[in-house]
Amino acid sequence: MSLAAEFVKGIYKENPVFRLALGLCPTLAVSTSINNAIGMGAATTFVLVSSNVMVSLLMVLFAKVLSEEGQKSVNKIRIPVFIVVIASFVTIVEMVMSAYFPALSESLGIFIPLIVVNCIILGRAEGFASKNPVLPSILDGIGMGIGFTLALSAIALMREFLGSGQIFGNLILGESYKPVLLMILPPGAFLVIGLYLGALNWLDSRKK
Amino acid sequence: MEFGIFQLIILSIFVNNFVLSRFLGVCPYMGVSKQLDSAIGMGMAVTFVMTIASLVTWLLFTFFLAPTYESVFYVVFHTPVDHIPDLTFLRTIVFILVIASLVQFIEMYIQKVSPTLYKALGIYLPLITTNCAILGVAVLNIDMFFVDGLPVHNSFINTLVQAFASGIGFTLVLVLMAGIREKLELANVPKPFRGLPIAFIVAGLMSIAFLGFAGMNVQ
Repeated sequence: MSLAAEFVKGIYKENPVFRLALGLCPTLAVSTSINNAIGMGAATTFVLVSSNVMVSLLMVLFAKVLSEEGQKSVNKIRIPVFIVVIASFVTIVEMVMSAYFPALSESLGIFIPLIVVNCIILGRAEGFASKNPVLPSILDGIGMGIGFTLALSAIALMREFLGSGQIFGNLILGESYKPVLLMILPPGAFLVIGLYLGALNWLDSRKK
Repeated sequence: MEFGIFQLIILSIFVNNFVLSRFLGVCPYMGVSKQLDSAIGMGMAVTFVMTIASLVTWLLFTFFLAPTYESVFYVVFHTPVDHIPDLTFLRTIVFILVIASLVQFIEMYIQKVSPTLYKALGIYLPLITTNCAILGVAVLNIDMFFVDGLPVHNSFINTLVQAFASGIGFTLVLVLMAGIREKLELANVPKPFRGLPIAFIVAGLMSIAFLGFAGMNVQ
């Protein structure tokens, strides 16, 4: 697969949220407003790209330095190693966010440490970065990160628009619009993502 | 904030239900809710691991990470009071490692001690490591029952109660969902909505129902 294809696949064809149904918890939880969605997307993308680079480098290094025997034993403990790498980057994000973006950090709350258990990240580290050189891994990370951010934003756009009549905090629909409060509340997240998934399936079935 | 135990149980099971209102553990909720049997097994496994993980992470946080008078650095190594290290920033790394190894240990232990229990829970345990409900409850306990790194009144009991009740809440909605989805197999759902999309919409409706509990006065 060409490098460009590695980058593009995460955005639509293998979109982590809509196609692979990974990373659902943060998707549902932080999609109440576009600002939150983009903040979460950026944080996840950073961790995704950094851990992809690190994992890919580590694997190249292990292949160069270790004997065949050593590689086998490293292979057995690779998942814990990946988790430590990911957790370190998440800690960096946590500290940077609480120092420079306290408001965002407050509204994302518990979901910043929970980036560690976002299956997209471990999934890409194990499924892609550990088997590929650094450059494709970076592109894969960026592509998947953008795909995740776009999916989050698409859901957030709908929820924020219907739930408060606003986009990016600007009133769009005017004073007379009575917000559908349900969309901002938890049920809205489930309903919107369900409708999106159904719409995508419908589009796919029409293409064929 | 002070919590009574009963109040905490009701809050964790119904009002702040883990799946439907906090959005933790949505992946197993969608993935393992196709059959009633596996839903019960998964629910039990999650409740079990959540309670033990909360216990262990609470102890670790209090005695190793937080700069308190209970810190091992103060008690065992007699570090001067103003030099007790504040390791709370290591929370994420330490917790996820502990949970991952804990799940392994529990799996090995159950396999040895009770083969019947292992048969019921065994296949779900490896899935649990990357389940955000487990790390979620551990982090949530710290957020709720510690103020500036110091445990609040009844912190330990509250932690255990919240973990166990949250697990029960998770099991409850998982079992409800499995019941609905077993019936849904027979329903005539529009083709694009079959499978995951309709499951999300059902979850949305369930979440609306659970929203009703938010009006409950549990003071």
